[in-house]
Amino acid sequence: MEKNNNNSNNIIELKNIVKTYDNGFTAVDGFNLEVKRGEFVTFLGPSGCGKTTTLRMIAGFEIPTSGEILLNGQDISKLPPNKRPINTVFQRYALFPHLNIFDNIAFGLKLKKLPKAEIVKKVKKVLEMVDLEGFEDRKVATLSGGQQQRIAIARALVNEPEILLLDEPLGALDLKMRKEMQIELKGMHDRLGITFIYVTHDQEEALAMSDKIVVMSEGEIQQIGTPEDIYNEPKNAFVADFIGESNIFNGIMTGKLKVRFCGAEFVCLDDVEIGTKVDAVVRPEDVIITTPEQGAVKGVVTSVVFKGVHYEITVESGRNEIVIQTTKSAKVGDKVGLNVEPDGIHIMISETAINKIESSVNRNYALGVFDGKVSCDLTEIVPGSAMKDGVLVDANGEAIDREKIKVIVSILPEDIDMSDDEEAGILCGHIINLIYKGDHYSYVVRTDNEEDFIVDDEYLWNMEDRVSLIIPEDKMKFSLKK
Amino acid sequence: MNGLRFSRKQLGIPYALFLICFVVAPLFVIIYYAFTNGEGRFTFDNLTGFFTSPNTIGTLAYSFLLAIVTTLVCLLLAYPIAYILARSEMKRKSVIVMMFVLPMWINFTLRITALKEVLTVIEGNLAFHPFLNSVIGMTYDFLPFMILPIYTTILKLDGSLMEAAVDLGANSFQTFVKVTLPLTVPGIVSGIVMVFLPSMTNYVVLDMLYNSTYIMGSLIGSYFSAYNWNGGSMIALVLLVIILVFTLVTNKYTDDDGGSRGGALL
Repeated sequence: MEKNNNNSNNIIELKNIVKTYDNGFTAVDGFNLEVKRGEFVTFLGPSGCGKTTTLRMIAGFEIPTSGEILLNGQDISKLPPNKRPINTVFQRYALFPHLNIFDNIAFGLKLKKLPKAEIVKKVKKVLEMVDLEGFEDRKVATLSGGQQQRIAIARALVNEPEILLLDEPLGALDLKMRKEMQIELKGMHDRLGITFIYVTHDQEEALAMSDKIVVMSEGEIQQIGTPEDIYNEPKNAFVADFIGESNIFNGIMTGKLKVRFCGAEFVCLDDVEIGTKVDAVVRPEDVIITTPEQGAVKGVVTSVVFKGVHYEITVESGRNEIVIQTTKSAKVGDKVGLNVEPDGIHIMISETAINKIESSVNRNYALGVFDGKVSCDLTEIVPGSAMKDGVLVDANGEAIDREKIKVIVSILPEDIDMSDDEEAGILCGHIINLIYKGDHYSYVVRTDNEEDFIVDDEYLWNMEDRVSLIIPEDKMKFSLKK
Repeated sequence: MNGLRFSRKQLGIPYALFLICFVVAPLFVIIYYAFTNGEGRFTFDNLTGFFTSPNTIGTLAYSFLLAIVTTLVCLLLAYPIAYILARSEMKRKSVIVMMFVLPMWINFTLRITALKEVLTVIEGNLAFHPFLNSVIGMTYDFLPFMILPIYTTILKLDGSLMEAAVDLGANSFQTFVKVTLPLTVPGIVSGIVMVFLPSMTNYVVLDMLYNSTYIMGSLIGSYFSAYNWNGGSMIALVLLVIILVFTLVTNKYTDDDGGSRGGALL
């Protein structure tokens, strides 16, 4: 009974949505989401994370490769956009330049063959709603960006859609205008009760407007939750890093509700098994600056930046760099102590920070993933096998088909070095992700043969940097894929 | 050193001379001849002659008809090609566009001669279908001039406008009629200008296809070869006025639309 109630509250449900393009690129992978009637949901993520693709699948401009989109329980994933009771506000407004404002807004109503008097009435009403009364006869080109934005919203809303999709609608506006429009959009949503699905890469915008935020990265959902949840309880280092500023430290659980990082022990509220390696996330505003004697962590101020409401102070303590937001100023070179209250520490169990790369075995029994530059002794990992006349044989002396063998290579992130000399390492690739973890950076490097490696390095590289991976062979562990 | 510096005015002198010699002066010569008779006396005879002679009026009407049909055929052929080329995701799109433009690199008389041979094979005697042959010849000749401007306009079209139309409930036909077509009007108009004007006068195509019909260009040619400078000049002048009016009308159209197209790019 409970479950049924829930279902009827959902206006739209996305089930196991996958979108793979013809070139093999998977833009969205295993996307599951339920949106309640009247909710304001935001897809948040960096560019290329699949948020716009997901929105376009809801609108009907893209057809999912697999999965279902249920609108009021009906699968609409293959319906063309004009058959869906959903309207979109486009990123660059997409107003028709050859039509005046009235005809732009009336476009959908005219297609529905509504009586003329009713169209005039509806257009007038929606123009009032976006504060542009009397603009009917104006040309699109004579409007400012903000006004065009409002017309685009009016043109979508006048059709009374069940869901309004907004694709980074405020991206082209200046900061002040954006803030105003955020408040107005939120107000419109509250008044109309229409479900809004909003796409943005601006975390502040997402936090300010949404009932529910879907954080995405590389086509996958990282976390779904209310703005408070996402901010206060980020599920993983990506979310913590993307939403607001945060200090992420490598830590270890040292006792019940006790965690050790930055060379000190802190009390925390997350109950994690003793001895577990964790990421401790501390928001800059949760760090308290005191005298060195009173602080759990001691350090030296290395930079102070005035940000209007607060100062952003960077403190160096050993190998760790800690960013603090506070209303009290400090001087560069000051020795300070730092404290964090238990509720300011968020513990995340470290993601499996070990690279497990699957590789085929080539003719010379070398590993395909490293272009044959690395070979492993297969007799050690294939039980009962031996090399006979240069051919791998099993215990009965029969040859083993090497194409059936898959080797898993395990390498710790800290064992991999990066170099900008392409010849230095055994594989080359680009940095596709980086997160600062207090005393080092954690990178994801996608190699030319499409393998992702996690690499820990204390030096700062940039996104998209081309690097060569130096992986010492003695640090590689080989195992057989079952 | 100062002697080597030219003011803007001085730099303009060669162009002004060129314009006077090759544009203004010939124009006045045409006007002079058009309004004089063989003895050099001022007269309106040529003008009245033009509008009373069934020969000239008939040729004018025929030229118009030929130009209109040619332009229409070019438009109907060019628009789908341009649309498909511009909208497709083909990798070698530019190569195909180049294929349509390529004939323009071949000498014009050579192309028409080749066409003549083909038509002769198909029709036997070219004299049986003078109008059809003229349309085919001119379409063959002027099609790239219609494709290119339309192609460029569609290429520049913001795809999200079409998506917006579909999003608002339009099917693909409605989207085309209500959004795509109106927004490509500037391209269509430049295509029409590029095809319509030459098809009224380019009698070389007709000549080379052994065509006995006359269009405005051939008429002027025949007057001149009969040493009737005055009558020929009057026809040239009338043609000039027609072209002027036509250009003014279409210019206004493209300008209007150009403005709002610029707005769309904002």
